[in-house]
Amino acid sequence: MRSLIAQHRAAAALTVQRMLAAPLATLLTLSVIGIALSLPLGLYLMVDNLGRVAANTQGQPEISLFLKDNASSATQRDIEAKLDAHAGINEYRFVARDAALKTLSKNMGLSDATAVLGKNPLPDAFVVVAKLADPDALEQMRKEMQAWNGVQTAKLDSDWARRLNAFLRLGRDGVWLLGGLLGFALAAVGFNTIRLQVLAKRDEIEVSRLLGATDAFIRRPYLYLGTLQGLLGGLTGWLIVMAAFALINLRVAEIADLYGMNFLLEGLALHAGLLVLFLSGLLGWTGAYLAANQHLRGGAAAI
Amino acid sequence: MITFSQVTKRYRGGTEALKALSFTIETGELVVLTGPSGAGKTTLLKLIAAIERPTQGSVLVHGQNVGKLTRGAVPYLRRNIGMVFQEGRLLFDRNVFENVMLPLAIIGMPYREAAKRVRAALDKVGLLEKEKAQPITLSGGEQQRLAIARAIVNRPAILIADEPTGNLDADYAAQLMEMFSAFNQVGVTIVIATHHPHMAQHIKSRELHLKAGVLQSSIQKDLATDAHG
Repeated sequence: MRSLIAQHRAAAALTVQRMLAAPLATLLTLSVIGIALSLPLGLYLMVDNLGRVAANTQGQPEISLFLKDNASSATQRDIEAKLDAHAGINEYRFVARDAALKTLSKNMGLSDATAVLGKNPLPDAFVVVAKLADPDALEQMRKEMQAWNGVQTAKLDSDWARRLNAFLRLGRDGVWLLGGLLGFALAAVGFNTIRLQVLAKRDEIEVSRLLGATDAFIRRPYLYLGTLQGLLGGLTGWLIVMAAFALINLRVAEIADLYGMNFLLEGLALHAGLLVLFLSGLLGWTGAYLAANQHLRGGAAAI
Repeated sequence: MITFSQVTKRYRGGTEALKALSFTIETGELVVLTGPSGAGKTTLLKLIAAIERPTQGSVLVHGQNVGKLTRGAVPYLRRNIGMVFQEGRLLFDRNVFENVMLPLAIIGMPYREAAKRVRAALDKVGLLEKEKAQPITLSGGEQQRLAIARAIVNRPAILIADEPTGNLDADYAAQLMEMFSAFNQVGVTIVIATHHPHMAQHIKSRELHLKAGVLQSSIQKDLATDAHG
């Protein structure tokens, strides 16, 4: 056990020593891995931030009934009674104009809506959640409610949210596709750099085998190298994305400020970053394993 | 004990390096393999260390059929066999000490103990003073002694050497043979291949003479009463 730990420590030390011995090559390899990783990561964060905006709006089939300015409380009770009796309705809630303004200010990050608008422009409203999400049935219901007394406008809310969601799904698919492709590229980069290392150390490997080294012993420093390379490459990708987002956020803050909004893009969460490191390390390890094994089982197998 | 039974080795392309070869080397023997180039000496040594496998017949080393060893078992066989090659096969990106350290690193010996062993081995071949030197700065004879130190540092039961004196002048070669003889006296089984038959004339040994893959003669040379004793 102790000897195994010692062997691992020796392999790790050898790896760091070899990486430092060729700083430029190491730096270039890490940059390639980092840049390759930063593309899907950046796209993921864009989609994630858009999703965060979209999450504030519900994807449920909602119909908003905006009441006429002059609608009396009797009219309002009348509508309530109709909604209670309606078979196609799951639930509804009344949103008073003052409450609506507050929610709007909060949701949109407006610091002070009335300061901009002068007076509250919002009408009283009912938000109705239908039982069925079928677009035709919803449109039918909207038309029915539009005709009710005291209703200024009946509006179907779900359309744009559903469209946005569809686009977000597309974006997420894109992230996976890009991530998969570049993950493969990363393993290939790992494979190739390790293969070159293995070839450069061909004599050492051959002599080690003659002296009784197991495959595991010979592979070990290369697995360390591949894993470390993957991890540091992942870290580089993480840093690139963080730096890019910090830069973009300067502009986003400027624009948001012009609209009187509080909005900033969120960077990579810690757990997501750690997952990226884990995956990039794993891919580096895989590439190294394949490269070392190819050499051990391939041309040198006879030794 | 090393036993060859009806061993034939045919290389791809049809060259037959060894033909139905049978002999036994007892534990603690010093055997000198002689014969012209191409007689099959190197192939014979490679079969002992499972670098090559016999086409027919069996090679037993300490009762183990090395021709049938699994890939995973081969390293453990080799840890018990020290090897010295004609060209040295030293690692030129490591110093003398680190070269000898390699076999012990492979078996995972703790550093302190390993370092002691390395120095002991270097001392035996007279290279203790040069432990920090790069192998490239050593003379041919010193490089070969370094290779021997690397082969014996693990205290193997068997030492095989392929033309260890190949590139050395006669004085150096005689020194080297005496070194082998000294290892043999502490119980190491030694097999040396050489095409200079006179190399072994001053040490107690058995000579196996090969020609075209066939054993020609086996001559015991006991020098116990000789002046060189």
